[in-house]
Order: sequence, then C-alpha cells, then structure tokens
Amino acid sequence: MPSAAEATAPHKRIVDINALRKSYGDNEVLKGIDLHVRPGEVVAIIGKSGSGKSTLLRCINGLEEFQDGGLVVDGKPLLYDNASAMRALRQSVGMIFQSFNLFPHLSVGRNIMLAPSLVKKRDKTAARVQAEALLERVGLEDKFDAMPEQLSGGQQQRVAIARALAMDPKVLLCDEITSALDPELVGEVLGVVEGLAKEGMTLLMVTHEMRFARKVSDRVVFMHQGRVHEMGPPAELFGNPQTAELRQFLSSLQE
Amino acid sequence: MMPQFSYWDILRNLIYAGELTVMLSLIAFIGGGIVGMVLLLARVWRPQVFGSVFNIYVQLFQGTPLLMQLFLSYFGLRLFGIEVSVWVSAGLALTLYTSAFLAEIWRGCVASIPKGQWEAGASLALSFGEQMRYVVAPQAMRIAIPPTVGFLVQVIKGTALASVIGFAELTRAGNMIANVTYQPFTVFATVGLLYFCLCYPISLTARYLERKTNAVRR
Amino acid sequence: MTVQLDFLAVLHYWPMLLTGVAWTLALTVLAIVVGLALSVTFAWVRVEGPRWAAIPVAAYVELLRNTPFIVQLYFIFFGLPELGLRLSPVLASAIALVLNLGAYSTEIIRAGLSATPKGQTEAALSLALTRYQVFTRVVLPPAMQKVWPSLVSQIIIVMLGSAVCGQIATEELNYAANVISANTFHTFESYIIATVIYLALAILIRRLLNWAGPRLIFGG
Ligand SMILES: Nc1ncnc2c1ncn2[C@@H]1O[C@H](COP(=O)(O)OP(=O)(O)OP(=O)(O)O)[C@@H](O)[C@H]1O
Ligand SMILES: [Mg+2]
Repeated sequence: MPSAAEATAPHKRIVDINALRKSYGDNEVLKGIDLHVRPGEVVAIIGKSGSGKSTLLRCINGLEEFQDGGLVVDGKPLLYDNASAMRALRQSVGMIFQSFNLFPHLSVGRNIMLAPSLVKKRDKTAARVQAEALLERVGLEDKFDAMPEQLSGGQQQRVAIARALAMDPKVLLCDEITSALDPELVGEVLGVVEGLAKEGMTLLMVTHEMRFARKVSDRVVFMHQGRVHEMGPPAELFGNPQTAELRQFLSSLQE
Repeated sequence: MMPQFSYWDILRNLIYAGELTVMLSLIAFIGGGIVGMVLLLARVWRPQVFGSVFNIYVQLFQGTPLLMQLFLSYFGLRLFGIEVSVWVSAGLALTLYTSAFLAEIWRGCVASIPKGQWEAGASLALSFGEQMRYVVAPQAMRIAIPPTVGFLVQVIKGTALASVIGFAELTRAGNMIANVTYQPFTVFATVGLLYFCLCYPISLTARYLERKTNAVRR
Repeated sequence: MTVQLDFLAVLHYWPMLLTGVAWTLALTVLAIVVGLALSVTFAWVRVEGPRWAAIPVAAYVELLRNTPFIVQLYFIFFGLPELGLRLSPVLASAIALVLNLGAYSTEIIRAGLSATPKGQTEAALSLALTRYQVFTRVVLPPAMQKVWPSLVSQIIIVMLGSAVCGQIATEELNYAANVISANTFHTFESYIIATVIYLALAILIRRLLNWAGPRLIFGG
C-alpha cells in the first residue's frame, strides 16, 4: 500500500533505507527493510519484542553492520570501512538509549560539552554556552555541575537528549527511551520529545507508548518478524489495522 | 679444572631446593592461617577492644617490606641471644606476614555478611560462638576460599625472600648454582619456570573458584 | 640479660638514609609512570586489541604474576649478562620494577575496562567520537576510577618490594641499612629504622595517590 511518504522524491529524503538485510550468524533479523523519511517527519516504530526495531535503529547510525541493501542519511551513505565517513554520518544522527548511558565520571555539563569540543572542535566557552542553553531547553538549567548519579532517571534521560542535541543532528533516533523510567517520570521526557517534534526535528522512535505515538507521530511503522508489516498515518493504523498481526499486537497491548 | 654441569644436574638440584620452598610455604600458610584466625576472631568478638590492635597489626605487616620483616626476625632473635635455625627465623616472619594478610582478607569476607544474619542468630538465642560457627562462618567461608587460595601464591613468592637470610630454598639454590656453573641465564630462567609451575596452577584454581562463587551468588 | 639498643649511632648516618629514601622514591615514581602507561596500553590490547597481540600480553602478565620479584630481578641482573646484556644495578632494578608493576596493573585495569558497560561505548560512538577518543575519554576514566584503590595498593606493594633491589647494590633504603649495619654493627637498629621509614613512605604514598588520583588521572 503506497502512502504519500513513499512517493517522496529521493532528494527530499533524509533517511533512505533500501532492501536492508541484517543477520546475526544464521539468524536473519532484518529481512529487507524499505523506509524513506522526509525531513521533519516523526516516525514511530512499534512491534513485538524481537521484531527487529532496535536492530533497525542501530543500523541507521552504524552501531550494527548490515549485510545487504543500502542506507543513506542526509546524503551520506553508510560505509563501515571508512572511519571518517562513519563519523560524518554519526554527526548527523543522534541517538538516545533506553538506559541513558550518561558518562558517569563527567558532570552533566561536561557530558554535553564532550562531543562538541572533541568532534566539532568547538572552543570551551562556546560549548559551555550551548550546553547551558540545551539544559534550559530540557528544563534542567540548574543541573550543569551535578553528576549523573545525583539525577533521577527522567532527568538523566533529558540530559541524554540535550547531549545528543549538542551535535546539531539532523535525525534523532530514540529506542524506548522511557522504558527504564518510573511511570511518573515518563511524562517529563515525552514532553521534551514532543517539543522537538513540534520544532521540526526528524525523529525515528521505537516506543511502547501508543498514546504518545498516536499524538506526536506523522507515521507509524509496525514491524513484524524483521519486516515492515504495515505502515501509515497513526489514525489509520491504530483505527483501522489491515493485518491480523497488527490487530493481534494492538489487542495484546490493551490487556 | 672446571667441572661440567649438565642441565639435568642443574634441574635436579633446583627441584630438590624447590621442596624446601614448598615446605616453608606450607608452614607459613598454615601457621599464618591459625594466627590470622585467632586475630580475626578476637576482632569480631570484641571490636572495641581488639579493633585497633588488629588494624595496627595489619598495617604494620602490610606497610613494611617482607624483606625487613625477615631481617628483623633473623637479627632480632639473635640479638636477644636466641640462636635458632634459619627455619625458625624465616618461618616466624613469613607466618606473621601471612597472618596479617589472611586476617584482613577474612575480615572483609565476614564484614560482607549482612548484619541481619548476626541479629537473626542472636534473636534465636545463639551465643556469639554459635552465631559465628553456625550462621556467619559457613557463609563467609564460601566467599573467602578463592582469595585465600590466591594468597597462597603470594606466600610461595614471599618465601623467595628467605634466600636473603640464607635459607637454602629455590632462589638461594639458584644463586649458588649460578655461581658454580657460570650459567646464570639458564639457572634463573629455570628457577623462574619452577616457581611458575608451582604458582600458576594455584592461580588458575583461585580464578576458577572465584568464578564459581560469583556464579552462585548471582 | 639486657640488650643495649643504640638508634642514634644509626641515625648518625642520616645522609645515607636520605639517599636511600631518594632512590626508593625515584624507582617507585618511575615504576608508576612507565608501568602504568605500559599497563593501560596492554590492558587495551587485552580487551580490544588484535588477538596476535593479546596472547603475548596475557603470557607476560601470567609469567610475571606467578614468579617472585627477586627472581625476576636476578634474572635481569645476573642472567642477561650471559647473553651479553650487562645492566647497571639501578637500570636492572628500574626495568624489573616497571615490568612487575606493569603486569599486575595490566590485570587490574583490564578488569576495570571490561566492567565498563557496552552502552557507554555505543553512546560515545553515536556522538561521532573516534575509537581513540572513546577509549581515552569515555571507557578509560571510569575504569581507572573504579580500580584506583587496587592500583594504589599494588603500587605500595611494589614500593615495599623494591627493598630487594638493595641486594644487587642499588643504593636504595635497604641498601643504606645494609651498609650502615656493616659500619656500626648495630644491625637490628639499622633495620628497625629502615622499616619505620618504609612504613612512613607507604602511608605517605597511599595518601598522596588517593589525593592525586581523582585530580590527575581521571579528571576527564
Ligand atoms: N547482539 C546480538 N546478537 C545476536 N542476536 C541478537 C543481538 N541483538 C539482537 N539479536 C536478536 O535480534 C532479534 C531482534 O532484536 P531487537 O533487539 O532488534 O528486537 P526489538 O524489536 O528491539 O525487541 P525489544 O522490543 O525487546 O527491544 C532478536 O531475535 C534478538 O534475539
Ligand atoms: Mg529493542
């Protein structure tokens, strides 16, 4: 079922995934994925555990090598054997992890400043000004000198978002970023993500928060057994699922 | 005329001296274990009284060179008019040295047993000795075994220093044989290899035991 | 029976003791600087390096950890000349101490490195850091922080172990005590004083390293 997004001209795509295949040994985890994302689009990826959602996201910034197919982000093709091309690509792609992964030995501010100073060679004052601005954006302007362990999970995840944003990425990948949080802390993180979506950031997010996916995303991708099984605008996909697998998945969430 | 030594001659004499290394190690390890256990029990029994004594003892032996301890034992005993064999000097110093390390290792193991275990024992009207014997020691023992076995390697290596006060164990034998054969490279390489053959299996065992206890506790 | 102890006769030789302390400290500092640099490199090799390099490093670590320091020293000082490599006592001592500390701390740091969660590396890679930057800025600092107490203990052990270097006439503290005791015949007192100085050095170095570690090594 070709949608409006599928018809987008190639030069208008910021993420361009074609026939991507990935296996771990004999276990083929991604069995030919096609996904084309416009700049500013918000894509929610849903699906059962083990369907390959994380693997797909991790392929997009080269944390996993795939065996077949093509992947282009912001005009930069993924080349594993070319370290500088790899880093150029990663500068356009930010990633936020389920387990935050803040650097425990660095203060919140230094966590954010690390990559801009090392990779973008930004000078200390500029990096600091930027870090402070980003912390304000995620509502943590008073935590610049705090250590990660002193923060709640929700605060840590917001710092992780600020850290990713410090590299001015064109695309942000979010892998179940609220799954490790206590329920009362989920809202503050999703609030930040929603703000980013409104500001026009391109987002690919794996999520189990269906209500959030429905509200924020432009398009929902349902993955099943390593394939894009169904895809469409949230109202359509949630309101009128076409396949038995999606219907079953959605009803399993209701329980 | 210089006598000719075959490699077999060298090896045979070194292995013979190696037996003394093993014996001295066992004396130190067993003696140190007994003294260390007494120290530990005193400390756990009455921390207010024996706590600082224990700490000073451990600090003293862990904070000074084993070589100095051997010298002090050797010359100290002599100074007080006690003419003893080098077995006693070396055995005494190594025993005390070992006891300090083992006591400290075991203290850590006992401390890692939650306070609630002691309290549970006490609430069942067990005496201190019974709490230790039936509740804490069995649990502490399991985690204590790997580092204790590991420390045996340190003891064996420590006995090499007894060569300096004239104890004719492996290292000293190496010195003497190197002097008569003029083959110091071969001799000391062999000496090192013999120590390795003694220590490496023990190291592997300690590592294996540690992995096993970690696996159980997880 | 009374025993006369004369510590003043020994203390009279204080310049010699001072020289001994200076050499002990110099050898220790050298072992710390070179030994730790070596072991960070080796630990990296063992965790992420190529296999052909990891195996010899592992062999070096096991060989050194399972033989006495005094035998290592004798092998270098007495054994190598047979191959035509004659080293001065100080140089032989320095090499032995560096290699010895290097082996133990390789193992300690390796354990610290493998305890760093993989997510840390991935987060850093996704921020476009180079492999080298990931290691030096993200993986190594918290690992060093974690294992610093063990490293400090090992450094103390090596410093105390350096007393053996006096046996090959390196003029460190034990050597000073040997010479003083030969000159004064106050053998017991000489070693008591040397022992007390060693104890003070151990306490001092531990304090210093505990203070310096967080500031110098893993400040980030
Ligand atoms: N490092 C790995 N080595 C081998 N197999 C792996 C590895 N990572 C993932 N897999 C396998 O790949 C498949 C897809 O995993 P993936 O993590 O992408 O699923 P997911 O959709 O993100 O699931 P979840 O909702 O549980 O996070 C699973 O079958 C998993 O067992
Ligand atoms: Mg996942």
